[in-house]
Amino acid sequence: MEFALAALVGLFFATAIYLLLSKAVIRMLLGIAILGNAVNLLIFTAGRLTREIPPIVPQGQKQLIEPFANPLPQALILTAIVIGFALFTFLLVLGYRAYQELDADDTDTMRIAEPENAPRPPLSY
Amino acid sequence: MAPSLDFTIALIPIAPFLAAFLAPWVHKFTGQYAGWILAIIPASVFVYLLNFIQLIASGSFVSTALEWVPSYGLNFSFFLDGLSLTFALLISGIGTIIVIYSGKYLKGHKHQGRFLAFILMFMGSMLGLVLADNMVVLFIFWELTSITSFLLIGFDHARQASRRAAIQALVVTGGGGLALLVGVILLQQVLGVWELSALRNYGQILQEQAIFPVILILFILAAFTKSAQFPFHFWLPNAMEAPTPVSAFLHSATMVKAGVYLLARMNPVLGANEIWTITLVAFGSITLLWGATWALRQSDMKQMLAQTTVASLGLLVILIGIGTDIAIAAMVIYLIAHALYKATLFLVAGIIDHGTGTREITELGGMMKLMPLTFIVAAVAAISMAGFPPAVGFFAKEEMYLALAQMEWHTIAVLIVLILGNAMMLVVGAAIAIKPFFGGLKATSIKPHDGSLALIIGPVIFGVAALSAGVFVKEFGDIFISPTASAIYNLEVENHLKWYLGMFLKPIILLSVLTWVIGGLLFWKFDEVRKILRRVDESFKWDFDIGFDWLMFGLIRFADKVTRIWHHGRLEIYMIVVFISLGVASILPLILTNSLPPVPDMPDLTFYEWGVFVMAVAGLVSVLLAKTRLVAIVSLGIQGFAVALIFLLFGAPDLAFTQFMVETLTVVILALVMTRLYLDKRDRRRFEDILRDGGLAVICGVGLMVLLMAVLQTPIDLRLSEFFAATSVPIAHGHNIVNVILVDYRGLDTFGEIAVVMAAGVSILALIRIRAGGPQTGIGAPKKSARKNITRKTTTRKKPAVKKQVSKAVAAKVATKVAVRAKAVEKNVSQKSAKTKAASKAKVVSKTKTVSKAKVASKPKTASKPKVAGKVKTKGKTKAKKGVAK
Repeated sequence: MEFALAALVGLFFATAIYLLLSKAVIRMLLGIAILGNAVNLLIFTAGRLTREIPPIVPQGQKQLIEPFANPLPQALILTAIVIGFALFTFLLVLGYRAYQELDADDTDTMRIAEPENAPRPPLSY
Repeated sequence: MAPSLDFTIALIPIAPFLAAFLAPWVHKFTGQYAGWILAIIPASVFVYLLNFIQLIASGSFVSTALEWVPSYGLNFSFFLDGLSLTFALLISGIGTIIVIYSGKYLKGHKHQGRFLAFILMFMGSMLGLVLADNMVVLFIFWELTSITSFLLIGFDHARQASRRAAIQALVVTGGGGLALLVGVILLQQVLGVWELSALRNYGQILQEQAIFPVILILFILAAFTKSAQFPFHFWLPNAMEAPTPVSAFLHSATMVKAGVYLLARMNPVLGANEIWTITLVAFGSITLLWGATWALRQSDMKQMLAQTTVASLGLLVILIGIGTDIAIAAMVIYLIAHALYKATLFLVAGIIDHGTGTREITELGGMMKLMPLTFIVAAVAAISMAGFPPAVGFFAKEEMYLALAQMEWHTIAVLIVLILGNAMMLVVGAAIAIKPFFGGLKATSIKPHDGSLALIIGPVIFGVAALSAGVFVKEFGDIFISPTASAIYNLEVENHLKWYLGMFLKPIILLSVLTWVIGGLLFWKFDEVRKILRRVDESFKWDFDIGFDWLMFGLIRFADKVTRIWHHGRLEIYMIVVFISLGVASILPLILTNSLPPVPDMPDLTFYEWGVFVMAVAGLVSVLLAKTRLVAIVSLGIQGFAVALIFLLFGAPDLAFTQFMVETLTVVILALVMTRLYLDKRDRRRFEDILRDGGLAVICGVGLMVLLMAVLQTPIDLRLSEFFAATSVPIAHGHNIVNVILVDYRGLDTFGEIAVVMAAGVSILALIRIRAGGPQTGIGAPKKSARKNITRKTTTRKKPAVKKQVSKAVAAKVATKVAVRAKAVEKNVSQKSAKTKAASKAKVVSKTKTVSKAKVASKPKTASKPKVAGKVKTKGKTKAKKGVAK
């Protein structure tokens, strides 16, 4: 069943990358959101899958008995989800403000920092 | 020749650096006396070095080493022999005078403290260079002299000519320094020693190696760039942009001699072979004649002196190239004589410049009565420069002619070069000592006056030294010439200099007479010669200086081209490059190492798992195909929920809950923000772009899928997971292992995560509050008069004013509501978090807290801005929802 998930991860990545290659900022944002999910699923699958047995020690027991889901990737992903969300909201607001200031969401027209016909470096000392 | 160990010599190069550190403060508190006070340090170094004279003259040397990088056998080592001592005495002695002189020369300059610090730093670097034993230490101090020279030449950085000269000097000498580094490393690889003092007996072994010519050329390159030998001579005259004390110190007496020092130091190892002799003599001769001729063309006194310095350096290189014991002795005498008279003449040029306001020799005349002291010191220096007895310059000239007194055609050729060069330099010396002082008085912008004590003391001391070294030449030779020449020659060099009547009757004296006669003739026709040379100069369209500009500008253009290719500013092309790299990096290694995973069987999924998979695929596909934004956003939610369900099905409930929440928030926020954008609804890509992007996406997706499958083939290391599972209850007292990992085992990680969320929240707040022209109320807001303009600016936005007003009112209401609500949520949440210790909850709570706090803080102030308030409202609401949901 890992392989089915691997294929799904590939599909997630392909979708995210296709969206990221768009020139429209909004599409790229959607791509970022999907990319986060893709990476999380990648980590999750790489830590191997176990059905329906969460890594929680039952009350009254000292230790968990096999089989149980691998807790380590879960902990990593939990951190990743939250940080990914923070990043996403930040980028969303950044894109929104850029749209307000520049009146554009096409990356080709958002070139204030690197204008197309920027002056050549001065030939002097 | 057993070395005596003395730790204190390591302090000699360090002391001036300490003084440099103090210089700005000393200058601040003592003002015009700073020069005198700071001169104490170099003066004490000088006096301290005098202690070693007896020891060194007896043929011993002193060394010390501090451990530096033992794994490479590198020591921070210094040693003092005849050669280092002579150089160190010149550096500290002349340096003392220069510091005193600068105290007066730059009086009232606002950066005088900085200038003194630079000078002292340079002095420390130069002392380190000549005292260094380890070759890497030598290289470090070598480059430090280049850097400090850069700072000093560019001291008057407001002028472009200064900046250009500084960069030029740095590029040329710094480039030579790199050659030195490579040479040093190659040398160490061949011989296995880092220490200069240990190298001297390896000459024979080294010169048999095949790589020897490479090492030789590298060292010569370093020496030639530093000592301004043809074809690298052009930087030195330009370096005269520096204030005059710098020219006197760095660019005549010390730094430019570093190349000569290197050649002299390496003479026992690299010398005495054909490449060495021919290269040094040939390039030295060209440099000598070039510099001497061009010196006559100049009328600015500093430029005249600079060109003769180039010539003198050429002369020194010739003498090292000849390499006989007499030639080496001549080199040492000439080195000392030149340092003394050239420094004097530079300082005199500075005094005249200071006293009259011009350095043009054609504009000066008849100042003998007004500047008597200056005239006397200039005359003494010129006598030494021209090689008249009894000054020490006389012996320098005699020795160098003696070294070539063999009747072979090539020595005669070199001899002719020397005579011509000396004659032309004599003319320059005489011109500076005579032209400004004799003849009719010419009007100058400042009334001519002698220098004060601080200015004149140096030239007086140098003059006395030059004369007494000449008069007491026997003792001078024993103390300085013989030990120094022995160190260079690697064999004992006897001192044979002394006064006796017969010396004036030897035929060799005729060569001196010939020099004086040619010089006299040239001086007689000085102005005509200059006119002719100037005409010749103007007929050339190109010189090395222009060549340097071509090189630098070519470099800038090339850098610009390269930057334009890689840094074109088009995001989608950066993205394409990144993802092509990703695709290649994920697939290629698997193909190359032949470790592609086998084709898997049909996966054994349950029907509801299939259902979730189909849901995820449907979500992804509909994001891609969505015709409107809203559909795309909702589809985004579908795939997110599918992911959450996958987590739930495979034993990760915490992940599932978090994912549900985050996806909900994402969709809600996106929907609210996107409806405020007036954008093109469709993703407009041309067909070929769709093919390109789609192909790339598929390649990357397949690559990562295959990579993941390959990873799944390998055994997994579960030690960490088993450790967590075994210890979670006994030592961390938590049953939910994931939560225990987050708050306990990796608690610091979670702390960092919270910091990231907080930083994002603060950044979002800042982004929202930034308007063109900054905030309009509160901290950083413009003053009332300025504010008018800004409001006008904002009203020119394309949104209708009416709408704005309405939303303003709404926003104000909402803001107060949200503030109350968010506070309530916060309380609620904190109570909850106190009750339940479950880690995942605490995590989400802390995040909610930080974000909602940031929002709350922003509220009252942002209320006046419609868009912002709207935004706050949405966020606050979602947060509130979240809190309630919990």
